Amino acid sequence: MKKVLLALIPLGVFIGLIVLLTINMETHTEVLPSPLIGKPVPAFEHPTLYSNQRLTQDDFKGQPYLLNVFGSWCPSCQVEHPLVEALAESGRIKVVGLNWKDEPADAHAWLQKWGNPYHEILVDYHGDTAINLGVYGAPETFLIDADGIIVYKLAGVLTDEIIREDLLPMIDQISL
Amino acid sequence: MLASVGQFLLILSLVTSAALMLLPMVGYFKNNQALMQTGRPLSYLLFVLVLTTFLILVSLFMLQDFSVTYVWQNSSLALPLRYRITATWGAHEGSVLMWVAVQALWIAAVSRYSRSLTLSQISRVLSVLGIIATGFLAFVLFASNPFEITNPAPLDGRDLNPLLQDFGMIIHPPLLYFGYVGLSVAFALAVAALIGGQIDEKWIRWSRRWTNLAWAFLTVGIILGSWWAYYELGWGGWWFWDPVENASFLPWLAGTALIHVQAVSERKNAFRGWTVMLAIIAFSLCVLGTFLVRSGSITSVHSFAADPFRGLFILVLLAIYTGGALTLYALRVNQLRSRDAINLESRETLMLANSVIFITATFTILLGTLFPMIFDYFNMKISVGEPYFGLMFFLLMIPMAVLLPLGAQLKWHRDQMHTAIKALLPHFLVASVLTIACYVGFGGLNLRATAGVFGGFWIASATLWQLKQTPGQLNAGLVGMTTAHMGVAVFLFAMSMTEHKDIEKDVLLKPGQTTQVAGYDFLFNGVQRVAIENYQAQQGTIVVSKNGEEIVTLHPQKRFYPKQQMPMTEADIRAGVLKDIYVSLGEQINDQGAWSVRIYLKPFIRWMWFGGLMMMAGAVIALFSRRSRRMERQQADQVMQDRLGLT
Repeated sequence: MKKVLLALIPLGVFIGLIVLLTINMETHTEVLPSPLIGKPVPAFEHPTLYSNQRLTQDDFKGQPYLLNVFGSWCPSCQVEHPLVEALAESGRIKVVGLNWKDEPADAHAWLQKWGNPYHEILVDYHGDTAINLGVYGAPETFLIDADGIIVYKLAGVLTDEIIREDLLPMIDQISL
Repeated sequence: MLASVGQFLLILSLVTSAALMLLPMVGYFKNNQALMQTGRPLSYLLFVLVLTTFLILVSLFMLQDFSVTYVWQNSSLALPLRYRITATWGAHEGSVLMWVAVQALWIAAVSRYSRSLTLSQISRVLSVLGIIATGFLAFVLFASNPFEITNPAPLDGRDLNPLLQDFGMIIHPPLLYFGYVGLSVAFALAVAALIGGQIDEKWIRWSRRWTNLAWAFLTVGIILGSWWAYYELGWGGWWFWDPVENASFLPWLAGTALIHVQAVSERKNAFRGWTVMLAIIAFSLCVLGTFLVRSGSITSVHSFAADPFRGLFILVLLAIYTGGALTLYALRVNQLRSRDAINLESRETLMLANSVIFITATFTILLGTLFPMIFDYFNMKISVGEPYFGLMFFLLMIPMAVLLPLGAQLKWHRDQMHTAIKALLPHFLVASVLTIACYVGFGGLNLRATAGVFGGFWIASATLWQLKQTPGQLNAGLVGMTTAHMGVAVFLFAMSMTEHKDIEKDVLLKPGQTTQVAGYDFLFNGVQRVAIENYQAQQGTIVVSKNGEEIVTLHPQKRFYPKQQMPMTEADIRAGVLKDIYVSLGEQINDQGAWSVRIYLKPFIRWMWFGGLMMMAGAVIALFSRRSRRMERQQADQVMQDRLGLT
């Protein structure tokens, strides 16, 4: 009997370990909330790809918009592109592109091929604004409200699920 | 099209392994010969199916089929063919498929080379292996399917992570998987024995060779990982106590304990329960390691993309495998009672001590790896690193090094401790003298280095002498053991020197400028831009010379991979018998071409890996110990035991 009780110790330790790992799975998230959420969009001034003007963050105030970081060199951007297009066409939100570290000619050819859903395209040739926004890989998407405050950030590819469950409710909320 | 075939074969594999899990086991409980006999054919079929599935994934990469999500995410048009092939296991989905493929290979090998087992035994072993394979195949199919399609397909892929575009990466993961999965054979045997309620010497002897082979693979896999980290990460270190490294080291430590305890339990009816327990622990740590690496629970330099669903899936698998095995253990432990008594002054006792030391080391490192998670729960972020692991490991390896020659010196069954110690005294003196010589010769050593160097000399001196003392013909088992133990000695010496006598210098160099490190002159000849295959690089030229004589010209690079927008530091190393000269580029400091350059001199670092390779070689040599000889030895053991009245 004593031996059986002794043999239950490893099982007990193991169950403890599983409980610890399970709790950790639930509480620990690798997704670090962007420190920029709730803060104003960093100041920028960029030329645009088509409208031949320089725009700053203040030019976008008064209306919420989606800032989509993309590059022609980025295959994942192409994957999410149809969704960005559908979102822009639905008219629920203004979509602004941030063309990141890209040759304007390449970007132009890419948009010709896959379509241009963007209201405006800011050219961040050297990646300065991307750094200020904490971008670490394209695509990334930021939702910015009418006062220029970042309310949502996604690192990675937009999916139907994310748009339906996270983005649209948030858009409805800030458009009120 | 091809991807659909792969998908279909994957489903077929799952069905086959489910059959392998169920049929032989049902056959065993119903005592139905025909059902038990399905085990072998099913395992061959499983191997063919999984291997074909894996080769299809390789072909998809070679053909650059970007309609497959996994392919475009990890490959690109510019990626050279060799890396397109290795990209197959460069990320999560493919590497799990590879795991399953390796496991199917082991299962087929177990089927083929198990003639010495009875049908009732092998049917249980194969069935348990079937349970493991089914779990991982379900994981591939439902949580990490590499054949998922993206529509429309992108024109180009995202490229393979630059860190993985490297030779070391081509062979490091497969070897590690061979080791991990190999330990599942010992696990399957232990569980099969628990199901049957008995385990005999013959069975352990059979299992021991598989454990040896798995341990050898694990050893060489870990060495390659260390070597890769050394030249590819560009930080000049060879071991970082990173959670992912620990994940491979933990099963190795438990496996080391296991092979030593098996050496006792294959000879006599002792340590039965402990052997079974160690086999369960070793394989459980493989699965736990997989969980830690892939669930995103722990932050690491080379963790895979985190996905909670995947983490949960592996956690469930771990709970089933280990939970099931430990429950069985608790139920059957009374039937595993060992008959033979153990004499305190005998090699058996020292083997037991060895396993206790290694298991303590295992749990110490496991605890350090899990600490951050425990603190995470209380909302404290801590990181446990080198100071903890280095010290704890150092302390635990002291008794290991001290006792190793004593264990090899003592005879089986019964011996006298004081005669053994007396016989070893000269080697203690030899080691002391050599250590003092080293201390003086290398201009002083710190405490840890002195202890490590002493341990190395002590083990080497005693081990070589013991080999010379052996009467009669040498057998493979003894040669294997001697080789492995000499490997430990070489490793201890080299590791101590590398860790504590290395020279590191960060300097700012303008083109044409020279700096001096430990008698070597490093002339910086500036940086040029070069474009190669799928990356661009800034390549430095550094001429190394000593006393005006040119030794070598090194070309460290700062690489940039445009697809991944990722910079990489590529060190250049002149490997040497006595020391490595290691140069890597830091950052460009100003527009006059000045760069920060990091220079390392690493003494004996090659010896360290060589020591590891010797351990591996020892395990492989021991495989050739002839079975007939082992049986003779066992009979002799029995006679001896009866005479000593130990039974």
